Amino acid sequence: MKLKYLIPFVIFVALVALFAYAFRLDPREVPSPLIGKPAPAFALPRVDSPETLAGPADLRGQPWLLNVWATWCVACREEHAMLVRLAREAGVPIVGLDYKEIRGDAELDASRLSPQEEREAALLRARTWLTQRGDPYRFAVLDLDGRVAIDYGVYGVPETFLIDAGGIIRYKHIGPIDERAWREELQPRWAALGGGKP
Amino acid sequence: MIPEMGQFALALAWALALVQAVLGLAGAARGSAGAMAAARRAALAQCAALVLAYACLTASFLRIDFSVLLVAANSSTRTPWFYRLTGVWGNHEGSMLLWALSLSLWQAAVAAFSRSLTESFRARVLGVLGAVSVGFLAFLVLTSNPFERLVPMPAEGRDLNPMLQDPGMIIHPPLLYMGYVGMAVAFAFAIAALLSGRMDAAWARWSRPWTLVAWVFLTLGILVGSAWAYYELGWGGWWFWDPVENASLMPWLLGTALLHSLIVTEKRGAFRSWTVLLAIGAFSLSLLGTFLVRSGVITSVHAFASDPKRGVFILGLLALTVGVSLLLFAWRAPRLSGGGAFAPVSREGSLLVNNVLMASAAGAVLLGTIYPMVIDALHAGKISVGPPYFETVFVPLMVPAVVLMALAPFLRWKRDALARVLRRVWPELIGALLIAALGVWAMNHVTFGAFLGIALTAWVVLASLRLLVDRLRQGGAVGLAARLRGIPGSWWGMWLSHLGVGVFILGVTLVGALEQRLDVKMMPGEAAELAGYRFVLRGVSEVPGPNYTAQRGELEVWREGRMLTVLAPEKRAYFRSAMPMTESAIDWGVFRDVYVSLGDPTGDGGWVVLLFYKPFISWIWFGAIAIAVGGLAAALDRRYRRLARRMASVPLPEALPEPAAEAVR
Repeated sequence: MKLKYLIPFVIFVALVALFAYAFRLDPREVPSPLIGKPAPAFALPRVDSPETLAGPADLRGQPWLLNVWATWCVACREEHAMLVRLAREAGVPIVGLDYKEIRGDAELDASRLSPQEEREAALLRARTWLTQRGDPYRFAVLDLDGRVAIDYGVYGVPETFLIDAGGIIRYKHIGPIDERAWREELQPRWAALGGGKP
Repeated sequence: MIPEMGQFALALAWALALVQAVLGLAGAARGSAGAMAAARRAALAQCAALVLAYACLTASFLRIDFSVLLVAANSSTRTPWFYRLTGVWGNHEGSMLLWALSLSLWQAAVAAFSRSLTESFRARVLGVLGAVSVGFLAFLVLTSNPFERLVPMPAEGRDLNPMLQDPGMIIHPPLLYMGYVGMAVAFAFAIAALLSGRMDAAWARWSRPWTLVAWVFLTLGILVGSAWAYYELGWGGWWFWDPVENASLMPWLLGTALLHSLIVTEKRGAFRSWTVLLAIGAFSLSLLGTFLVRSGVITSVHAFASDPKRGVFILGLLALTVGVSLLLFAWRAPRLSGGGAFAPVSREGSLLVNNVLMASAAGAVLLGTIYPMVIDALHAGKISVGPPYFETVFVPLMVPAVVLMALAPFLRWKRDALARVLRRVWPELIGALLIAALGVWAMNHVTFGAFLGIALTAWVVLASLRLLVDRLRQGGAVGLAARLRGIPGSWWGMWLSHLGVGVFILGVTLVGALEQRLDVKMMPGEAAELAGYRFVLRGVSEVPGPNYTAQRGELEVWREGRMLTVLAPEKRAYFRSAMPMTESAIDWGVFRDVYVSLGDPTGDGGWVVLLFYKPFISWIWFGAIAIAVGGLAAALDRRYRRLARRMASVPLPEALPEPAAEAVR
């Protein structure tokens, strides 16, 4: 075997190694610098009544979840039923942050929309989603340009923050919440913060 | 019942592909005629099973069976029937089924139309194709079941993505997939050559028509995609260098290199390992394209990371296919080396430069396409590599390629003198420069880009004419008609494709230099002027569509006091997404398009209207069509059909004889 004929294979292996390394850096393993810090404040229009602005201040005095989602997010579809169950059966207070509802959707070209059109389209889509699949949220708000998500250091959707009664971020879960994630990661922490007690 | 039947057919196809792969490869290695014949029948049966599976999915869409998840997610009761038909592939699962169907159609074609191949060689080709098919059918069955049921059945579906509800999208994906997947045939020929150690002129002659046909499909697929982007996206652009487009351009570039490399392998027995490498590369890039488009990695690497099942599967398939192929290449390719020696200035030399330039261009596009993803995956931030990068690296690689393209047919095989060729074509070279100078002066648009573009076109056209005249002068005493008939299809194909490149460049250059655009607010009854055309907005009215409502504008187009046409651009709101979609209206013409697209209402009854004047844009499509027709003419060359009739092949002197036993030590 002449060595020069191995060159394409070697280059290919190097490329695959680079890719594998890059994708192995799972965002789930990156600790959020925000843990232990106060949840950044925001005031965003509510999906059910866009004239009302809502934010973390409305949830003071109890531990709650901030769930970052969007209707174009496939993993959110899987997660949604779980959220509805948590809200209905365990009474977990969840706030939904609808992240870049229009701009984040790869199927759509939002560049030619006026802000008014974008907002109306986003409201319609979010409401349809919540009507069809059930509404697990105390309230859901629109983060059309994703600025609030930047404050929270959101890498992608879905992500969920556990925030305590004093408004401090205690935990961040990246990816959809499933049965196991709730049982093993979130539920113990939520209960330890006094969640679920009257 | 129908979806279950489709599901069963899909699983059956998977099993048949496995049989085909094992019997094909093992049968060829052991020389078992029975196993090889069975592999061939398995390929045909696999194709029948996939046609059935595809028909079942199509039937579910046409019957509006919302109990199938895919139907509910991609159609609605109000979707017109032809968009329900295309809804089959307007989604992940269905488009992967179309991929598998294309592959099986190619396999059946190889099984049916390759009687000129030796039995063992055909069995190897079918074995390799079967192995690829096993991988993709496993992907479908295990991660992307198109027939998944939905319980309870919803009363209404989500409708097809409005962007895909367009006539162009009816033919674009099938053409593109036939092209992508057709590269698998060239790949299988290359792998079979490595396995058997047989790679001679006959091999190149078998391989080339298949590669040409795949390349023609790819060319047409890219053309339709580009035309769709032009009129559907409403920005008036025709190429955006986005990752999905690049995914189709990369295999096209390497496929082009492969076609040219195959000529040298056929005529001179040289470039063999290089040809094999290009065939592996072209198919690898087709797979990479499938990975990029299908894994979600483009939207965001984190979308990929949060639902990695599919992406990891395709990435694994890609790594396995390419890794095994390249290892096989490292092991067996040294046996393929050889071929006639040649001087740097020669037909071979020019084709080698063509190959290097095409491969470099593909590499540059690859780098620009995956670089942002790697940066994103490393959390080093989001960057985007845009048209400036691609134009900066792509144009300097293509300019020498085009200059050489027109010159190379004048060069002799083995050895030539540059001075001899230049003595023949200097009038064309000078002529091209003069025409370009005259052209930019006449257009009153003196830029280097415009000069370069016109000079290249003029050079290609003049040199092509010269080539034809020279060719017709040969042939002695017979009449002109007989001489024209005497020119083989592959020569006409080369000539037409090269001419098409010239026409394409002219379109790109002139639309870039001379296009005009106006964004203007218009009230009903008001007029606007652009490039000598006068546009009068009659009004905007609401028009209902089957699954949308549209605001339709009516604009009269006037020129020199005469009304040419009335254009009706629309702004549609599809019920599904609540998203306004722009439907531009175009008055097509050979020398110019007039393009109108509706912007936003201004609130006081007026509308923002986008007006474009696009000279010579159709020449981009004409050029691409000429390139494709040329490829088809070359594929239909008589010598390939003659070959089919004459079973025996003539190996080149330096070609290796096929080893008697396959146990190569």
